[in-house]
Amino acid sequence: MSRIGVFVCHCGENISRTVDVEKVAAEAARIPGVAYATDYKYMCSDPGQGLLKKAVAEHKLDGIVVAACSPRMHEKTFRNAAKSAGLNPFLCEMANIREHCSWVHEDREEATEKASAIVEMMVARVKKDRKLVPITVPVTKRALVIGGGIAGIQAALDIADAGHRVVLVEREPSIGGHMAQLSETFPTLDCSQCIMTPKMVDVANHPNITLHTYSEIEAVEGYIGNFQITVRKKARSVIEEKCTGCGVCSAKCPQKKIPNTFDKNLGFRPAIYVPFPQAVPNTPVIDREHCTRFINGKCGVCQKVCGPGAIDYEQEDRLIVEPVGAIVVATGFELYSISEKPKGSPIKGYGEFGHGTIPDVIDGLTFERLASASGPTGGKIIRPSDGKEPKQVVFVQCVGSRAREKGISYCSKICCMYTAKHTMLYKHKVHDGQAYVFFMDARTPGKSYDEFWRRAIEEEEAVYIRGMVSRLYQKGDKVVVMGSDVHVGVQVEIEADLVVLATAVQPRAGADTLAQKLGISYDSYHFYSEAHAKLKPVECATAGIYLAGACQGPKDIPDTVSQASAAAAKVMTLFARDELEREPIVAKVNERNCVACLYCKKVCPYGAVEEKEIRDRQGNLIRVVAYVNPGVCGGCGTCQASCPSKSVELDGYTDEQIMAMIETL
Amino acid sequence: MHAHKENHDFEPKIIAFVCTWCTYAGADLAGTSRMQYPANTRVVKFPCTGRIDPVFILRAFQKGADGVLVSGCHPGDCHYMAGNFHARRRFAAFRALLDFIGVDLQRLQFSWVSAAEGGKWVEVATELTERVRALGPMREFKELEAEEQWSGVIDTPELQEAYNNIP
Repeated sequence: MSRIGVFVCHCGENISRTVDVEKVAAEAARIPGVAYATDYKYMCSDPGQGLLKKAVAEHKLDGIVVAACSPRMHEKTFRNAAKSAGLNPFLCEMANIREHCSWVHEDREEATEKASAIVEMMVARVKKDRKLVPITVPVTKRALVIGGGIAGIQAALDIADAGHRVVLVEREPSIGGHMAQLSETFPTLDCSQCIMTPKMVDVANHPNITLHTYSEIEAVEGYIGNFQITVRKKARSVIEEKCTGCGVCSAKCPQKKIPNTFDKNLGFRPAIYVPFPQAVPNTPVIDREHCTRFINGKCGVCQKVCGPGAIDYEQEDRLIVEPVGAIVVATGFELYSISEKPKGSPIKGYGEFGHGTIPDVIDGLTFERLASASGPTGGKIIRPSDGKEPKQVVFVQCVGSRAREKGISYCSKICCMYTAKHTMLYKHKVHDGQAYVFFMDARTPGKSYDEFWRRAIEEEEAVYIRGMVSRLYQKGDKVVVMGSDVHVGVQVEIEADLVVLATAVQPRAGADTLAQKLGISYDSYHFYSEAHAKLKPVECATAGIYLAGACQGPKDIPDTVSQASAAAAKVMTLFARDELEREPIVAKVNERNCVACLYCKKVCPYGAVEEKEIRDRQGNLIRVVAYVNPGVCGGCGTCQASCPSKSVELDGYTDEQIMAMIETL
Repeated sequence: MHAHKENHDFEPKIIAFVCTWCTYAGADLAGTSRMQYPANTRVVKFPCTGRIDPVFILRAFQKGADGVLVSGCHPGDCHYMAGNFHARRRFAAFRALLDFIGVDLQRLQFSWVSAAEGGKWVEVATELTERVRALGPMREFKELEAEEQWSGVIDTPELQEAYNNIP
């Protein structure tokens, strides 16, 4: 016979106003198996919890029902109280008579009756509760960071500085990401390269960081504390260990006219190249698509001139397996291109802006390369079409963003500020030039941000026109911008020398594929979803995976760095322990019943079900059964509901417990 | 929303099988928002709708429920990634079975209520209560309970024969 204690909370007046709590306690006392029932004004308060602990000792209770608020509110509180009273915490249940009863029903009689029924249900459940022990899993204190932009670099450095090993994987030949492409940064106008490159060098020199550039995530297996990552190291055709980075190969390469993607195709690069002079690692890569050697075999100059003999045309992709305990995803963003409708993109194309066929219509990142001292023009602002200095530049905001009719409703967040910065950079370089900005709203929340924007208007004389641009077209050597000024209520037409579009910030192409490998969720735009918008902004719902930077949503550099450090802190919290404790709500297989149909394996969303061989003492195989890896099991119970032989059971939600609740109807 | 108190001849018993992440939280939100709905619903919390065995629904009808509500996260929003898809498929098949054995499908409601949809929870719970109230008590399964389950004793020739045939 059980000895259950029932504690009915008044919650001040929140419950007792509509529920006759004394009556509920009195009725509970009459349920068979209930050894003690009482009511108290605030069960969650210190004296309330004291009452509970005292009752456990005095009445030798072996189960507790606290009839109070939602378990989502205080289940942890009361389970901890039960634990300190010497009871297994999983023998404590909550009857939700506040959110599901007193707050939603006004009739006192009805509400009291319902509250009693809820208590009865939970008493029936707690009688079938089993003692559960939290599961411990070992933690591999090694982190994987995916993406070598500022987010990934910051997270990797923080974790590495804390003394843990970090594996940093970057898709491009060099780390640095978009920040390495920027000229100067708002709101301080300090040079992006100057603050970025030292961090890149720190990564390269850090004894705790293993860097895999020109590499991608091939496969992810395992679970929090115990992931197995397969990294595909793409063939660089250059042996990293031998290369000294002298640069002779690039200088001698006969292919010189390959568009430089790092410079947004403004300049050219050879077929063997480092993306930019400050690249980390400073090891070139052969672009096999454009290299004469790989096209027709009729070259080999780089191999001949390479002193250390680092060129290897036969190199193949390598697969490396890295065991890690936590993952930081920092894959960043890319800008929407008006020239084509990217596959699977929700954005409809921009035909009215010429679909990218007008050479002097560029995007914000291209302007960054034009303005950058390390860019293809050495920081001189010229038009891509004829190399002339533009005297009238029109900036167009919200191209793609906040345009529901184009398929994207979100704000890209960084464009208002970087466009203000662009107008300043332009004015600093072309003193007699005039910048116009077409905008919907100026969104400048952030420290010193609004002051910066005002400066662009008041001191740098950028003309801000509130209104949208309807059309861009070439007329002679000018680009005609047709727009509206909604403040004045007139049509505006400007003959511009250069047009800069603030195109929407989108997740990297392939963000969805990576998410599927990682088992994390993403929204309709393919931005990764955090576990809770407010309280878990860097955690994924999948344990052990954290988010940093623009892969989760458009972000500027300060926000990205903050989030990256936050993600790193979460990883360090995880790594502060040798073993991980998690709620033991996991499925278990009754091996005597299991016929190994493995339907559970098919339905398991986590891939937690494995085949297990049962052998006799001589090692002969007797039979195969299903086995649920408790570390991987997420605890959804889909296997149990699907098992034809009822051989798998989810702890905490067993058939017995549920059936007992149903019986009280 | 203040429900006008009416006296009814029949108060149906509704049991709601809900997932903890979406619908349970949605019902909590209805509470914190002080919305009002009929007091006929009893909630049983599951981690996921994927855990809900159709047997529970049969058992609930047998044990006195006049209506059953199954509710979880919207498709695509499952905390466990795909549990609600399995539930959806399972219950699509199960509905047909219930229909075949003569259960009025109006007594059974499947819905998606997210953690942000307190209002939808109230709507769903109210609608089902009123619908079942109009249908009257569910008797069919309760009568079955008397002859429920085989006792384990082989007391008829048919059972003996079946038992002997077990290889």
